Amino acid sequence: MIRLEKRPTPSRAWSLGTPLLAVLLTMIAGGLMFAALGQDPFETIRVIFWDPLFHERFASFSRPQLLVKAGPLILIAIGLSLGFRAGIWNIGAEGQYILGALCGAAFGLAFHPSESPLLFPGMLIAGLIGGWLWAMIPALLKVFANTNEILVSLLLVYVAEAMLASAATGWLRNPDGQGFPGSRNLSRNPGTDNPELFAGTGIHWGVLAAFIAVIAAYVLFQKHMLGYQIKLAGQAPRAARFSGVNPGRLVILCLGVSGALAGAAGLFEVAGPAGQITIDFNVGYGFTAIIVAFLGRLHPIGILFAGLLMALTYIGGELAQLMLQVPAPAIQAFQGMLLFFLLALDVLSNYRIKLGREGVA
Amino acid sequence: MTAPLLDLRGLTKAYPGVIANDDVSFAIQPGEVHALLGENGAGKSTLVKMIYGLVKPDSGTMALNGAPFSPPEPRIARLQGVAMVFQHFSLFEALSVAENIALGMENPPKPRDLSKRIRDVSQAYGLPLDPESLVGDLSAGERQRVEIIRCLLQDPKLLIMDEPTSVLTPQEVEILFHTLRKLSAEGTAILYISHKLEEIRALCDAATILRLGKVVGACDPKQTSAAQMAEMMVGKSLAQPGRDASEPGEVLLKATGLSLPAASAFGTPLRDISFEVRAGEVLGIGGVAGNGQDELLAVLSGERPAPAVAIEYDGSDLARLKPEQRRGIGILSAPEERLGHAAAPDMSLTENAVLTGATRKGLATNGFIGWGRARAFADEIIERFDVRTPGNHVAARALSGGNLQKFVIGREILQDPTVLVVNQPTWGVDASAAADIRQALLDLAQNGAAVIVISQDLDELLEISDRFCALNEGRLSDPRPARGLSMEEIGLMLGGAHGMEEAAI
Repeated sequence: MIRLEKRPTPSRAWSLGTPLLAVLLTMIAGGLMFAALGQDPFETIRVIFWDPLFHERFASFSRPQLLVKAGPLILIAIGLSLGFRAGIWNIGAEGQYILGALCGAAFGLAFHPSESPLLFPGMLIAGLIGGWLWAMIPALLKVFANTNEILVSLLLVYVAEAMLASAATGWLRNPDGQGFPGSRNLSRNPGTDNPELFAGTGIHWGVLAAFIAVIAAYVLFQKHMLGYQIKLAGQAPRAARFSGVNPGRLVILCLGVSGALAGAAGLFEVAGPAGQITIDFNVGYGFTAIIVAFLGRLHPIGILFAGLLMALTYIGGELAQLMLQVPAPAIQAFQGMLLFFLLALDVLSNYRIKLGREGVA
Repeated sequence: MTAPLLDLRGLTKAYPGVIANDDVSFAIQPGEVHALLGENGAGKSTLVKMIYGLVKPDSGTMALNGAPFSPPEPRIARLQGVAMVFQHFSLFEALSVAENIALGMENPPKPRDLSKRIRDVSQAYGLPLDPESLVGDLSAGERQRVEIIRCLLQDPKLLIMDEPTSVLTPQEVEILFHTLRKLSAEGTAILYISHKLEEIRALCDAATILRLGKVVGACDPKQTSAAQMAEMMVGKSLAQPGRDASEPGEVLLKATGLSLPAASAFGTPLRDISFEVRAGEVLGIGGVAGNGQDELLAVLSGERPAPAVAIEYDGSDLARLKPEQRRGIGILSAPEERLGHAAAPDMSLTENAVLTGATRKGLATNGFIGWGRARAFADEIIERFDVRTPGNHVAARALSGGNLQKFVIGREILQDPTVLVVNQPTWGVDASAAADIRQALLDLAQNGAAVIVISQDLDELLEISDRFCALNEGRLSDPRPARGLSMEEIGLMLGGAHGMEEAAI
């Protein structure tokens, strides 16, 4: 008989070790799945995890893509981790990401064709505010009307998508675009461009912002009262109130920060890698960032690595589809396995497994 | 004497790292009220769990009426005539008394028959209880009667009671004792666990004393003084908390007509509460839990905002001040619930030291926590209040209840409060640690602080309070000097609104 026994103190070794073990188990289970699909499991795993970084032909293209994809994931996930640690569940980062992109792009396009050096910072602020405002809707509703922030933030994603469609086909449509949907290309105008800062690395302003966010979040959680209060509110809400934490303020703060960061990620994306507002501008970064946040155990450094790993499976997955004709759902299942194993193994940091029978206690 | 009802021989049970019971042997006679005494962690709970079939002994034997007895689960123990009333009730608040009792029975009779049997039993044993009332509306004493009647319906030969009086008013205790004596006269044996030695002297025929898992003695409680029993339990003589008499100073904290609606459906509203407490004074607030104690602590700590001008500190209005601001001016508090309210279970003791100590101990500068200072503060608490723990990195949940209580109380006292409000300061703490905590509270008052002690333990309150008042259904009685108050007067102050009169017998 297998029993779980609660550890008196959470195990540090296991909370660091489980992500690695989860990746390993995902490779094994995923390999079995690929084998069942008639693929060579070792080759498929190699294409997903190894080739994007080290393949002689593809690496030069896919290596910069790693940071391009990881940047927004990390930036959004860091914001989400604040709320998740406090037990405040912002599931609508995708919508805040869209709103950030819309507001930032609209600000930049309003001054078209200005090349002022102040334009891009202005767009960034507009993006931050856009995401922040979109997150304030669930935040204020939760604080003042006791609604559920999970539902409200999630449903607002679909509202945001509708707004994106109307912008791409209507009020932000490129006047010189022969009626095709989509805005002017921001990355072709030096005033609104978010360029690759170091050639061949994929690093743009958003990636730098993600790194800064990691450091800031690390300091916040390790050293600052606010980070302490966020953790306290998540672990023991009554103790937090006793200590003097105002739960409503924390909701507004955490949702606000995660919304603003998601908005910034949207702005960096629309002004850089995506270039323009299109109907299908959003590709799910806001949802994937939830996985990244948990994969990184809501720890800033963990999120950094989790974002890179997640980006790698995306790029590798695309590569596997391209080179080996692995079906796209199989890649998605593979990514799902990663989250599954991580959450399943999570139990080990708080419990130890006991084999064998013992008297009922 | 006849053959024993239950005979325990050499019972041993070890858990990883600790031997809970070590070669425990004693016997319970039919119809005897047998006390089981011991400090926290002495192994009382493990022992009764073995008798009730919740835990299997590693070695040793039990015999019930001369036949071998080793219940693999509580159901079998109940079938053989062993019943148990736990300290914490397992009742559904949204169901009626009869429904709750039916849930605990193997083959519940039809609702109408059951209601009749409940009425019969409650009449026969003087336990007033209406089978149709909702458990959510009952007082703690009435809830306990539900549990007792649930046991009595099985016609037990041995009834185990774990700390039954901790939640009762003096009058309810009298009713309970009356019932237990009647049961005992009819031949039902009772194994009675309690910390309250005077009760044991009043009720029990025999006592077995456990210390660190071993039987260290037996006595006839009627012939032995409470102090002697306490010494046997602890293994050393206990210092009686005390202090020099001194005149109380000026009024530090004052509540006037404080009312507050209930926060939830099962909460208690505070109704027109007025009191004042002076520097150097200990104000004791008695009453059964659930009568507004948590709510009173929450408005005093600042967790719940109070109506304007209802609470004044040193002449200035407190109502708008947040918990941290109150701590800043010296008003500290320690709630009853240790895990999850006074302390965060998964956080280390160092982090828990920051929980209330951040402002007053200067543990944070510009919002940045000085972990070195926090660790030093945690170590100071551990050292001064004898908290048994491997170190300040240990999670709060890993500490035993008593040790965590010492940490929580110590954390507030070492911040040198001018007003300290504590709820159940010695709940679940063993005798010697409880004495230390009470002494620390008295020392605090001696040094000029105003101390408010909310407790269900009337002996404790009478021991340390200068003035005593009672909280009942959210109302506070007028404080009276504690010296010279009799238990009967206190009972009347507690209101005793719940089933004061025994049912007609």
